[in-house]
Amino acid sequence: MSANGNKNEEGKERIGVYVCHCGSNIAGVVDVKDVAVWAKEEMGDEGVVVARDYKFMCSSLGQELIENDIKELGLTRVVVAACSPHLHEQTFRTAAERAGLNPYLSELVSIREQVSWVHTDKVKATEKAKAVVAGGIERVIQNEPLEPLRVPIHPATLVVGGGIAGIQAALEIADAGHKVYLVEREPSIGGHMAQFDKTFPTLDCAACILTPRMVSVGEHPNIELLTWSEVERVEGYVGNFSVTVRKRPRYVDTELCTGCGICWEKCPKKVIDEVFEVGIGYRTAVYTPFPQAVPKYPVIDTETCIYFQNGKCKACEKLCPTGAIKFDQEEEIVLLEVGNIIIATGFDLFDARRIPEYGYGRLANVFTSAEFERMCNAAGPTDGEVVMRDGVSKPASVGIVHCVGSRDRNYNNYCSVICCMSSLKFAHLVKERTGAEVYNFYIDMRTAYKDYDEFYQRVMGEGVLFVRGRVAEITDATRSPGEEGKLVIQVEDTLAGRQRRIPVDMAILAVGLEPRADAKEVAKKFGISCSAAGWITEKHPKLDPVATMTEGIFIAGAVQGPKDIPTSVAQGAAAAARVLSRISRGEIYLEPIRATVNAEMCSGCRICNNLCPFNAIIFHEDLMVSEINHALCQGCGTCVAACPAGAISGTGFSNEQVLSQIEGLLEFSFAEEPVLMEMTPA
Amino acid sequence: MNKYLFYPGCSMPRSARPYYDSLMAIKDDIQIDLDEIDDWNCCGATEYWSVHQLKAHALVGRNLALAQQKANGSNTLVAGCSACYLNLAKTANYMRDDPQLNRQITEALAAGGLSYTAGSLEIRHLLDIIYNDVGLETIRSRVVRPLTGLRVAPYYGCMIVRPDPDNRYGNPEYPTALDKLMEVLGATVIDFPQKTHCCSGHMTQISPDVAYELLHRLISGADRYEADMMVTLCPMCQLNLDAYQGDMNTYYNTDYYMPVLYFTQLMGLAFGHDAKELGIGREFVDARFALAKIGVEVPAEDSPAQPKPRRRKKEQGLPMPRMGEEEQ
Amino acid sequence: MSAMPQVGTDLKPISYLEEVSRATPGNSRLEMCIQCGTCGGSCPSSQDMDHTPRQLFAMIRANMREAVLASNTPWYCVSCYYCTVRCPQEIHITDIMYTLKSMAVAAGQYKETVGADLSRTFVGYVDNYGRSYELGLATRLYLRHSPLNILSKATMGLGLLTRDRLDFTPQKINNLEQLQSILNRAEQIEEATA
Repeated sequence: MSANGNKNEEGKERIGVYVCHCGSNIAGVVDVKDVAVWAKEEMGDEGVVVARDYKFMCSSLGQELIENDIKELGLTRVVVAACSPHLHEQTFRTAAERAGLNPYLSELVSIREQVSWVHTDKVKATEKAKAVVAGGIERVIQNEPLEPLRVPIHPATLVVGGGIAGIQAALEIADAGHKVYLVEREPSIGGHMAQFDKTFPTLDCAACILTPRMVSVGEHPNIELLTWSEVERVEGYVGNFSVTVRKRPRYVDTELCTGCGICWEKCPKKVIDEVFEVGIGYRTAVYTPFPQAVPKYPVIDTETCIYFQNGKCKACEKLCPTGAIKFDQEEEIVLLEVGNIIIATGFDLFDARRIPEYGYGRLANVFTSAEFERMCNAAGPTDGEVVMRDGVSKPASVGIVHCVGSRDRNYNNYCSVICCMSSLKFAHLVKERTGAEVYNFYIDMRTAYKDYDEFYQRVMGEGVLFVRGRVAEITDATRSPGEEGKLVIQVEDTLAGRQRRIPVDMAILAVGLEPRADAKEVAKKFGISCSAAGWITEKHPKLDPVATMTEGIFIAGAVQGPKDIPTSVAQGAAAAARVLSRISRGEIYLEPIRATVNAEMCSGCRICNNLCPFNAIIFHEDLMVSEINHALCQGCGTCVAACPAGAISGTGFSNEQVLSQIEGLLEFSFAEEPVLMEMTPA
Repeated sequence: MNKYLFYPGCSMPRSARPYYDSLMAIKDDIQIDLDEIDDWNCCGATEYWSVHQLKAHALVGRNLALAQQKANGSNTLVAGCSACYLNLAKTANYMRDDPQLNRQITEALAAGGLSYTAGSLEIRHLLDIIYNDVGLETIRSRVVRPLTGLRVAPYYGCMIVRPDPDNRYGNPEYPTALDKLMEVLGATVIDFPQKTHCCSGHMTQISPDVAYELLHRLISGADRYEADMMVTLCPMCQLNLDAYQGDMNTYYNTDYYMPVLYFTQLMGLAFGHDAKELGIGREFVDARFALAKIGVEVPAEDSPAQPKPRRRKKEQGLPMPRMGEEEQ
Repeated sequence: MSAMPQVGTDLKPISYLEEVSRATPGNSRLEMCIQCGTCGGSCPSSQDMDHTPRQLFAMIRANMREAVLASNTPWYCVSCYYCTVRCPQEIHITDIMYTLKSMAVAAGQYKETVGADLSRTFVGYVDNYGRSYELGLATRLYLRHSPLNILSKATMGLGLLTRDRLDFTPQKINNLEQLQSILNRAEQIEEATA
């Protein structure tokens, strides 16, 4: 960017020291004027040519002080003593840059968080501040001018997961004119939203609002859809990822298939559909998960297909009018080159069998929310009729149980966010379709977003009965004639203050959301981290929810944590915006604070390889040395510290810089006696 | 041969003597060695703990110290009664995990010249060691008279599976150890929804009305599922269900006839022992009629009255969820 | 444990919640209660309690010391531990019930006299014999609390005796002195830390 200023005649740097008052935050404890005077007088030999104190160094005027001194006094180094570098390191670096000084020749040392905010003894605090400034001065002398790394960005993007968040992200990027690969593990995109009947709070039909988006994705010239596929391996770094995708064989030639549906209409093998129908409905061995599937091409499930199991049948092949069934089709491995990745793989549901006292699996008429969604869906196994497990009888009373497997230290400690709203939705749907008596059993009613509480009011107005109590048991062990033949929901009605046994025909468990079962493997594959539960970790929970700690990989939707559809869509769009900003710039700058292996000193012990949290170190077998990929390296310093040969050094935190800073600190410690003692010969 | 330290508890010598007798009868069949602690004292049941906390821990602490002193090479202390088991386990665990409590109990024990090293004993229930250490395969191999046709309602009661401080029974709501044990003996095990519901403990003394209600739920439940008998593993449960069944029937004006035996008694029958040896015949609700179903004769001094045959009600889509194998 | 509210180290009175927490071994987690009602919903005897367990905890948090000590709730707890295993906040509810019972006995404040009497009499026998003595326990209890029913109880007693399931006389351990030294010392420590 720019050259150094000129050193003075003795070859020393020309250092400017700026001590900030930060109002009374620092000045109230540290005698800032004294520190500035001391810096000029006592540290002049080190190269300090000017030392100032000022009320707020981060203000425009404060920054101008630095800029003017750089220009007029030819400063070659800058030390600011103020708040923590987390806050204003960038501010002062940019100020230096504006004045023509390489930004990495400016250091910010903290005399607020590390001195004035943690000490009360003013004398000692001032002495400590001087020590900290001395450390900063010694260090900055060792700083080298650095240039940020420029990484080109490949304009294509990979979106993993074809649910509503992934679809949103893909469409945003594709509409901006850039290529998107959308990889989806199931035969069709649509995700969980495709399974729902109505969505809260508007009671829009899920398919009606989702399918137009799905069709757009299917038809978009910029979106390449890889369904029935999985990401196998990810290599590379931001802007330059190489992703290996395994396209599983559908056994259907997509060039020939018209989606007419004769194959699955005529397939004789009927099995329980555990995925889309959540085990409450059936599909055939050759199938599309639902009629509006995108893409429309069916797949053959080899585990249940009669031909694949024992060589017979082949009805689909015989009947297909275009000869699209190809039993000998093989899987295809494709390599995708992309610049950014958005992970939107969604969630799984809590397994209600883990709570035996709710009777799911033993008592016929206990259903999960997912089963009930499929039941209500007009294209579902009961054509949208609300019926009991016998498939025929209509319930006269229904109990809806909130918080199943959520807010419970025995299962999942967190709140799953959407269950209160979907339980209210179920209450409404049951009332609408059966006129049955409906009870909702809740601990708290969590209806926090736009139009959500109004929805609660509406459902209350429809005559649904609310019992504030967490259901203790659902049982068929009856105690009185009124309970015969029913499910009894035993609960404490906490507002009425007593235990109640409420007989119902049907119970619906609002099961919580969980991360996908393979979340940890997926995180590892992409080199991102996830929480202990399995939710992918965002870069910052408040200020950066769609980025991860790995540059170039973003997340959107429920993969980050339980959330509703509006929030998932917003996150999908946000992730797309982040990606588009990179693509439009064409390249990004990475902080040059990186580690480098001195190949001559490297012994090939590979200790650093496994320590790197960012998988940034590669080992060259032929040369027997390790090398650090600067695009992946985040400058954490772990390898620098771990290398037994000291062969790794960090740009921006070299051994010289760190040791000098330590020496500076110790030499001017705030002890009453001098720390350094004279060494006299024995 | 599996060796254990054994704590019988106050009930086994007398009110639950059949439990003890049947255990002694089968222990050689399943090769377990039960070394009784010398001069053990009461575990405090639930009453002692309702008045004292530390003193109750000290009461149990003496048993732990005596067990450790026995030093027979085993560090597993076994109790047959669920309350004894839980009290022993609670104190042992608190001594291990709570340093302050450990200090206090240690001080109290020292006043009697005893000591117990926290964490040195493992406390387990009799069902646990039979199911996990002896194992179903060994038990199956000892069965000479399978209890085929006997419909059994396995009844665990509370304190063995809850709070389960050492996590031995899988899910406390739906344990299966006793069920599987009965199955291996050849009995027909019914899926009894109240198998871990409470027998009312000492409410028989404090409030008989509450006790009868709880007992009624259990017995009517087992009857509804057409059980021939209930099988239990705790002296308190057996006493309540058995001795108070008559009073419960009077209270509700019902005529349930549900015999309640210990699981060790059924094991003994399956292993070929005779009823008297196993203490059968000392129940209030005579088990002879149910056992006659499987050809077991119980000698009687008098001819007890045959119970009236039970009249039972008859019972009649969308696929049910697939349930996996219940893991222990 | 005293009947008066306790004070903390700064001599300010500690809350009743804090007092109950401290008196319960281990970490009872009573302050984590979200009043969900799972305990009251699971309790087999809750319909006969003055207050559901959940209500009792709300009362403890509201410093309603007298009302809590007078409640029959802890005495009607059957120690089935359903509440404890189902509580979503992992509160040691049954242990807290034992604490409340011992507090009520120590304070001499309880309305449920049979429960308290049963426990105290039981303790008396164990302290004196080292073992429980059912016949003595039952006789004393019925004589004191339901003398009119003693005949029907005697029938059951007879039934147990004839089936050789009841000791006529109390069983005693050998080293009673050893047990009593231990118990006395424990009681001293209990009182010192009250």
